[in-house]
Amino acid sequence: MAKKGWDEFEIGAMLRSFDGKIDDIAGTRQEDRDYSENSSYTASVADWRLIKPVFNKDYCIDCQFCWVYCPDVSIISRDKKMIGIDMDHCKGCGICVEVCPTNPKSLLMFPEQEEEEAAIASWPAKNEEK
Amino acid sequence: MSEMKKIKNLKEFSTSADRFEGANLLCPGCAHSIIVREVLNATNDDLVLSASTGCLEVCTAVYPYTSWDASWIHIGFENGSTAVAGAEAMYKALKTKGRLKQPDRNPKFVSFAGDGASYDIGFQWISGCMERGHNMMHIVLDNEVYANTGGQRSSSTPIGASATTSPAGRISYGEKRNKKDMVSIMASHHIPYSAQVSPNKWKDMVKKIQHGFAVDGPVFINAASPCTTEWKFDPKDTMTIADLATDSLVFPLYEIIDGRELNITYRPKNIVPVEDYLAAQGRFKHLFKDQYKYLIKEWQERIDDNWAYLQRREEAKV
Repeated sequence: MAKKGWDEFEIGAMLRSFDGKIDDIAGTRQEDRDYSENSSYTASVADWRLIKPVFNKDYCIDCQFCWVYCPDVSIISRDKKMIGIDMDHCKGCGICVEVCPTNPKSLLMFPEQEEEEAAIASWPAKNEEK
Repeated sequence: MSEMKKIKNLKEFSTSADRFEGANLLCPGCAHSIIVREVLNATNDDLVLSASTGCLEVCTAVYPYTSWDASWIHIGFENGSTAVAGAEAMYKALKTKGRLKQPDRNPKFVSFAGDGASYDIGFQWISGCMERGHNMMHIVLDNEVYANTGGQRSSSTPIGASATTSPAGRISYGEKRNKKDMVSIMASHHIPYSAQVSPNKWKDMVKKIQHGFAVDGPVFINAASPCTTEWKFDPKDTMTIADLATDSLVFPLYEIIDGRELNITYRPKNIVPVEDYLAAQGRFKHLFKDQYKYLIKEWQERIDDNWAYLQRREEAKV
């Protein structure tokens, strides 16, 4: 979106989140919504991250702790299943990893540049001490 | 009254379609958006929202972007609550006159504000809203500091916390005044429902929010919001700190019905020493120097005393 100069702002602005008409937002999934360019959904904060969460679905028990405690709406859950991470909106805070209850954890933080396959290949084994 | 959304467990809750979007500019690990998500997902009804000036407002409405998928307004620092109260009054008037285009939709009116905008600056506005009996909910995102402007103390900052206008050092241990008991003040307006919540207890939170939506009249909610920047802990530890806050009873979870009946809604199985809560945060670091160690004991005594008081009130139903 074209940026406006400081003297081109309106006094009081109204932004619309959607282009089309949505009657039931609470019943419409994000992928089915007609977001306008003013919705921050169309923006990205991926460049904030130094470390990123990697999801290993082999250990996931779909408890949804990561979904409820994610501050950035970046855990994608559909039909009660955790299906992935929205990497455009994840800021890499690491809360999802902290709240993950499985052993070993099904989410772990890796350096941003690490490939996902390499990260999953280096996944730690079950910790017997706990 | 529209039907209440059924949320039996977390899996069921996770089928909610969020009406709050990512790529807002809140700090990584900010509890504000966790609270907002839990509140908005507690209902399927339409929402009329406002935010007073503060972290939540500046970070979710950075021109040309908005992170809200519902009607949302921001005016000033103090009048987020009255903006929603005005919308609610207009809704009622149009409904009475039969001029609503969709009279069967029951929008929920919610105003969000930080502790600065609620405990200090917007205090009389909120008091007015509670007194006039608007059918609205005011939610305080209580991070105990003016985090948006660089960490100045507010009247919610607890004793011993180091803030930029009450810094700890050789002479001072930081903030010297006790935290204002806002939930009791608001309950004294004899509003139908006031409660304290914490994002780590999502079920307790959703239950209280739904109760608040169901009652007719003003509702006041105080939500503990651990601030990674000003409380000085790692972003990943937000939920750990929230757990420590509720389990050490620094943030006891309770509700007050009709300004009279107090119910404690969460009793930790293992009560954590307050020392653990203080030690986890950089803003209390100086309390562990020999010079200020006596304050930790005072903290524990104050929290124990408050917990005993809450239990007495619950038992006596006053």
